[in-house]
Amino acid sequence: MLRPTLLVAALAVALPAYADADLDALRAEIQHMKQDYETRIQSLEARLQNAESRADNTAQIAASESAVSNSNAFNPEISLVLQGGYASLKDIPKRRINGFLPDGTSPGTTRGFSVNETELVMAANIDPDFRGSTNLVVTDGSVSVEEAWFQTLSLGNGLTLKGGRFRSSIGYQNEQHPHAWDFADNNLMTRALFGEGYSNDGLQLKWVAPSELFTELGAEIGRGANFPGTDRNQNGIGSYALYGHIGGDIGDSNSWRGGVSYLSTRAVERSGTVADFNGVDTNTAFSGDGQTWMADFVWKWAPNGNPTVNNFKFAAELFRRSEDGNLSCDDAGSLSLCSGGVTGAYRATQYGGYAQGVYQFMPHWRAGYRYDLLDPGSADFGLNNANLPRPDYKPARHSLMADYSPSEFTRLRLQYSKDQSMQNQNENQWFVQYIYSLGTHGAHSF
Amino acid sequence: MKNLRLLTLLLMALPAFAHAALNVFACEPEWGALATELGGDAVKVYTATTAFQDPHRIEARPSLIAQMRRAGLAVCTGSELEVGWLPVLLRQSGNAAIQPGQPGNFEAAHYVAMLEKPSLLDRSQGDVHPGGNPHIQTDPRNIARVAQALSARLAEIDPEHAAHYQTRLKDFNSRWNAAMARWQTEAAPLKGMGIVVQHLAFPYLENWLGLKQVAVLEPKPGVEPSVSHLAEVAALLKSSPARAIVRASYQNPRPSEWLSEHAGIPVVVLAFTVGGSDRAKDLFGLFDDSIEQLLKAAR
Repeated sequence: MLRPTLLVAALAVALPAYADADLDALRAEIQHMKQDYETRIQSLEARLQNAESRADNTAQIAASESAVSNSNAFNPEISLVLQGGYASLKDIPKRRINGFLPDGTSPGTTRGFSVNETELVMAANIDPDFRGSTNLVVTDGSVSVEEAWFQTLSLGNGLTLKGGRFRSSIGYQNEQHPHAWDFADNNLMTRALFGEGYSNDGLQLKWVAPSELFTELGAEIGRGANFPGTDRNQNGIGSYALYGHIGGDIGDSNSWRGGVSYLSTRAVERSGTVADFNGVDTNTAFSGDGQTWMADFVWKWAPNGNPTVNNFKFAAELFRRSEDGNLSCDDAGSLSLCSGGVTGAYRATQYGGYAQGVYQFMPHWRAGYRYDLLDPGSADFGLNNANLPRPDYKPARHSLMADYSPSEFTRLRLQYSKDQSMQNQNENQWFVQYIYSLGTHGAHSF
Repeated sequence: MKNLRLLTLLLMALPAFAHAALNVFACEPEWGALATELGGDAVKVYTATTAFQDPHRIEARPSLIAQMRRAGLAVCTGSELEVGWLPVLLRQSGNAAIQPGQPGNFEAAHYVAMLEKPSLLDRSQGDVHPGGNPHIQTDPRNIARVAQALSARLAEIDPEHAAHYQTRLKDFNSRWNAAMARWQTEAAPLKGMGIVVQHLAFPYLENWLGLKQVAVLEPKPGVEPSVSHLAEVAALLKSSPARAIVRASYQNPRPSEWLSEHAGIPVVVLAFTVGGSDRAKDLFGLFDDSIEQLLKAAR
């Protein structure tokens, strides 16, 4: 009996001590665990922070990565425009617009299949102050420099200076290269005035006014070697041009631009071919001054300003050109009335213009109509009135076209023209045309 | 003569007018709205496009050249979104301040992590952007990042008002962060929701909300979908279903409506940018509205 009691007593004495030791151990363990968790939490927090900052870093790296690039990113924007197609035309060896002195290089359109001009364009910002651009036209056996110019970027105050060879900014259509035309061929007005378009070697200064209404004034001076002027082997200014354009929006859906241009040119012995009273071709040479006035207007419509589905573009231009000087005519084959050479005064004031509308009736598809009309006005050949008929025929042309552009780099076009630009010729013309633009092609102007 | 003198006077007075407030040319409405938030009275914002215009396809209109001429700061997305029109405006404006590389030329895409950088750069891939998908404004976290950079740029160009821009940024940030927290809670049910998009216009939105893009209606970016391609998408939807077809307000409604009829899922027209719907009057309204539209489809 005593033993168990003793045992119990002993136990009772010993237990608190025992329990104390246990509790301490437990406490120690909990303390340890707590510390452990705290360090773990701390390390997790640190890791989280690390990860967060790393994510930020990667974001920054990703953002700056777009700026990092290899050396060939400094190459100019290069684009190649492929143009060609099929033309069904009458066999007319000498195409010229009736009543207008030709530019010497008659723009004969090739019958059947052909590759038209292949354009190679290279452009880039040269440094913070200048941009440069070239437009080379490659045809069989020749490369011609259509454009090669520099342009300032940093003059400020709305001023831009361009120098080199460039398409003049007179009018509207003139500055556009063939791949940007809305029809397969050029309008009669531009053809009669300049051939394909008026370009010059010289300088161009443009100023945009700081007004809400777009107001642009421009002046150009240059060599003036191109039709209706000629190269003259002289110092000084061969031709100059002045123009002004204004433009703006009407609501979200309509925008417009209009302007007036003036071009002064001088020709010396500009050669051409004119048929005499007997219908025999004679060679002519014109020396004198030319003054060309042009008015242009463009209106574009797109619902809410979004041209993707439907849009409409209207463009019209008018001109008045007067030439004053001497015209000599001489025979080509000693059969003409001009045999021996006759020089007379020449004075002509001529008019003309075109109007065109192009409607995109569904995505990728457009249809358009263009009307051309020229008025040879009052051409006076002076002494040569006896040899050369004074023109009274008004050249005209109707053109209908439809084109399909599956992407902005491709255009396929079908065009029909009723061409009455030559007297006694009522020609039905058909064109099938492709335009492909490869590479980085700069955005087009309005 | 009297008229000429008046004109000269007016022309001389113009720079003085320009000084009154910094002229900001915003290429897209979201940046116009952000510039207004950050600049307040110190800036005069002109927004070049609307939510109903495709920012890839804008005419380099005379009115835009005139506005660019007057701008002290041009705020655009970059990443070649505006490659078809902005370079023309910059070059024809005769304005030195906003040329590329100048402080007056701000590209938002520089300040966010770009998604969908193409590994193959070839035009056969459609309208691809070498710098990544430029539609960065559909993620409000991007807006916050751009706000930071834009505010700094405003202060750099117009140091007179630096403190003003600082205050406005702080104010905007606190309102924006609160709004983002709210949107994130509201949009929780959208996580994992399958959607069909008309154009690859929403990767940033999908990334933010955890939306799952099941299919794209455009066979290649910028290429209008054909009926046969739409039929393929409709067939695909049978095996991997989606809850909605999402398109931006400026896009042609026909492809998405066609698919909606054939697949029996609703079309969700998202404002995409400020002004794209009645509620998207500012940046806050834009996200309020977008999330609500998506939630409607998710229910």
